[in-house]
Amino acid sequence: MRIITTRRISQTFFFLLFLWFCAVSTLGEQVWQLRGWPVGWLLELDPLVGLGTLLATGTLYAGLLWGLLTVVLTIFLGRVFCGWICPFGALHQAVGWLAGRKRSAAVQIAANRYRPAQRIKYVILIFLLSGAAGDFLAWLLDLSVESSIAVAGIAAASLACGIAAVRVRKAFWRRWTTVLVLLIIGWVGLGFLTDGSRLLAASLQTGLLDPLPLFYRSVNLTLLPLLDGRMAAFSSPGRLYPGSVAIGLLFWTVVLLNLVIPRFYCRFICPLGALLEILGRNALYRMGQKPDGCTACGACDRHCEGACDPSTTLRSAECVLCMNCLDRCPHDVMGYGLHPSAAGEMAGPDLSKREFTAALVSGVAAVPLLRLSGGVDANWNPAVIRPPGALDEANFLRRCIKCGQCMRVCPTNVIHPAGLQAGIEGIWTPVLNFRVGTSGCQRGCIACGQLCPTAAIRPIPLDERLGRGEFADRGPIRIGTAFVDRGRCLPWAMDRPCIVCQENCPVSPKAIFTREEFRPVRLSGDLRLREMVEDRLLFDGPALPAERFATGDYFVTLEESPDIAPVRIKDIGSGGISLAENPFVETASPGARITVRVKLQLPFVDPSACIGCGICEHECPVKGRRAIRVSAENASRDRQHRLLL
Amino acid sequence: MSETAMDRREFIRRCTRAGVCVAAAGSLGVAFYDSRAPAAIPGPTAALTLPDYSVGPLPGRICIARGVDRKRLVRQAFAALGGMQAFVNPGERVLLKVNAAFASPPGLGATTHPDLVKAVVRLCLEAGAKKVTVTDNPINDPASCFALSGIDAAARQAGADVIVPRQSLFQRFSLTGGRLVRDWPVLAAPLLQADRIIGLAPVKDHHRSGASMTLKNWYGLLGGRRNIFHQDVHTLIAELAVMIRPTVVVLDGTQSMITNGPTGGSLSDLKPTGTLIVSTDPVAADAAGAALLGKQAQDLPFIARAEKAGAGTTDYRALNLKEIKAI
Ligand code: SF4
Repeated sequence: MRIITTRRISQTFFFLLFLWFCAVSTLGEQVWQLRGWPVGWLLELDPLVGLGTLLATGTLYAGLLWGLLTVVLTIFLGRVFCGWICPFGALHQAVGWLAGRKRSAAVQIAANRYRPAQRIKYVILIFLLSGAAGDFLAWLLDLSVESSIAVAGIAAASLACGIAAVRVRKAFWRRWTTVLVLLIIGWVGLGFLTDGSRLLAASLQTGLLDPLPLFYRSVNLTLLPLLDGRMAAFSSPGRLYPGSVAIGLLFWTVVLLNLVIPRFYCRFICPLGALLEILGRNALYRMGQKPDGCTACGACDRHCEGACDPSTTLRSAECVLCMNCLDRCPHDVMGYGLHPSAAGEMAGPDLSKREFTAALVSGVAAVPLLRLSGGVDANWNPAVIRPPGALDEANFLRRCIKCGQCMRVCPTNVIHPAGLQAGIEGIWTPVLNFRVGTSGCQRGCIACGQLCPTAAIRPIPLDERLGRGEFADRGPIRIGTAFVDRGRCLPWAMDRPCIVCQENCPVSPKAIFTREEFRPVRLSGDLRLREMVEDRLLFDGPALPAERFATGDYFVTLEESPDIAPVRIKDIGSGGISLAENPFVETASPGARITVRVKLQLPFVDPSACIGCGICEHECPVKGRRAIRVSAENASRDRQHRLLL
Repeated sequence: MSETAMDRREFIRRCTRAGVCVAAAGSLGVAFYDSRAPAAIPGPTAALTLPDYSVGPLPGRICIARGVDRKRLVRQAFAALGGMQAFVNPGERVLLKVNAAFASPPGLGATTHPDLVKAVVRLCLEAGAKKVTVTDNPINDPASCFALSGIDAAARQAGADVIVPRQSLFQRFSLTGGRLVRDWPVLAAPLLQADRIIGLAPVKDHHRSGASMTLKNWYGLLGGRRNIFHQDVHTLIAELAVMIRPTVVVLDGTQSMITNGPTGGSLSDLKPTGTLIVSTDPVAADAAGAALLGKQAQDLPFIARAEKAGAGTTDYRALNLKEIKAI
């Protein structure tokens, strides 16, 4: 079998596996729906997820250890992941091939030649990783302040070395000791400058461009919902994701760029590719030319997926191991092995010192700049309601890779990709939108945390969510608190009975309770008693339409009988108002004023019982801006948001 | 022959490099591997314990002095209790916890009066204190509070340092047996750098707790979103009374804020009550001070709760009580 056939089979396999994982990440009855499939495995295999969270949190969470497999493979074999496994790479390769297959050889060669701009992906990688390394950096700088004796020791020693080196008059040693001394001075100086700086923080943004989270997110949130239909129900229920247009735009842009340059994303943007390039720079096995036989026919350059100039000096780090050159070479010159390429090879693009430093420094500086908004601090946004089990905001931003797994699996479609409400750092992180979906956040559901590959949403047991068993003393997990907007609430503001919210409150005993009030209704004129016939009151005044007032919620009181509780209206007809009983016979006399009162149950929220599930908000019949809304106050994920003692 | 040798050397070099990389990546991965998700609530921070600043096991002493001039009052009251040297030993560091809560001028009585601050600083220095520090975590902007209340200038003039609170001076603290003060930021740095603590508080009406005197004054040692404690202010004050065992407290009732507390804002909120109380027992001081607001100790639930918690006694007459008239 031809090697590229094998590669295509591998690519197809992983591509289909990826689609399968996306499709099955939904709760349902069907055999194919979430039955312990390792749906996040491809994300875990992505070492950029592992490295990013490792830098940001100092831990490598559970399944992310899989990334090590990719790392080892890359060190030995080069970028097999890019050429053989990555489903996003496969998509790019397919689209690029489709777009270019009819083009002339010269055009294809031109499209596939190496371009210096391919080093941009390093800039992106370094920028994103240094943003994630803020805490690590803070720790390093703290170290310089905390153990200043040690630092002074090192400084003295290096100074001594420097003096010795100058004495030795070796230019090489002189340079290096100067650099060392400057580094130490800079380290200690910066340490003092940033001592106690609360802004130096880590923010994991690799997921914005990391191919696997990007692909998962795009398919989960913009493709499957579109494909959902009568033929194939990919999600129960049909999905809405407000704000996902930006996700789709990014996706289609990078896919369509293949029409201009094949594998545009892989060559210029992909930070994972850049990471694997670095790891695979000195791979044991690599593509290369055998010593004799090359006629410079260009067949290899024409089909090179990595744009790494196989016909001349091969840029081995750029090579994605598509093996097209090996297959296409009519003279059998290309080989994959331990030998360096006969025509010469070099690792690949290198950043200049200046570019490297610029990317690093801007990445480190970007996060403190973003944190100045105070979004994880005094200026936290109560509209950002995170799924149950989500970590506190600062830790959440250290982990979330915006893969959208939680949004995909959420059975009620209540988890959505954030726009700007969680700050620029929080773009496409999960927030709850109770207006959308089938209901609020189901009390008995813990699906999102089970799928989150990074534990940005912790995998909580149901007992923890409900606050029972060993978690009884902590109480249930609260994601926010519902607040009644008395200016919009039907009973509170408009004298109309309602309390849908109270009925739907799933907590037991209910977190929404009511207090009864009889309020006089607004009529166009006074009602005066003309005559009383048993349980009927005949009256003068404006008509009382039975369809409104004889519903059982309306009552009357009489002016002269203040002590008599309101009496329910049974019916209204030509004979006047029929009452359920008539206690007024004793006291009332003709001419007395009749007041029609509506019995209202006014909703109140008990904040110690409310878990913020948002079902009330979802169900509230005031459909525009709901009259009861959840906000993040009292969410258990951050003690700073505590509302009650 | 030579080519093969080259290749072999090159091969070994590459293998070693790959091996080292794999080993490095592998050990990094394994070293930082974490099979469990982070805890729901981050673990408790390093345990902070606060010292007991009180003067040994002597029975409590209290002096109620009548007069109008703060400087004289406080001098003579301390003299009646054996002088400042009975409380501060030579070479000790003293922390004065003032009430600087509001950016309000001294005449309005919302903050500890600068004359009192000055007098107590001098007394401490005369007793041989090595260092006197003045602090509080006010409600309004700290720098403005210290400046406008006149406390900053008075303290410095008399030779004390003023610590304006900053984030880095706070540490999380849990009160043993406490229900509210749990893992809560406390203005720890000045507390830990002092051998003695003297509380200096004005007598003020307080809408929520009924009165702000020497016990309520400790509220200003808390950081964070402390106003959440207003939901149970009496318990909180009682816990503060257990948290801080001061050397001595001075309750300044030469003028008392009778209405509109604790901010006041008008001279008409003040009433000359001509009393200054110095006590080793803040519960006793507050119990005695309640009268200045026209209240009784039992009207103020936090006093009873503090007593029950073992922070002092409401029966100030049972202590070694001195009553003097300042001349
Ligand atoms: S929180 Fe959601 S989007 Fe973020 S990493 Fe976890 S599953 Fe992915």
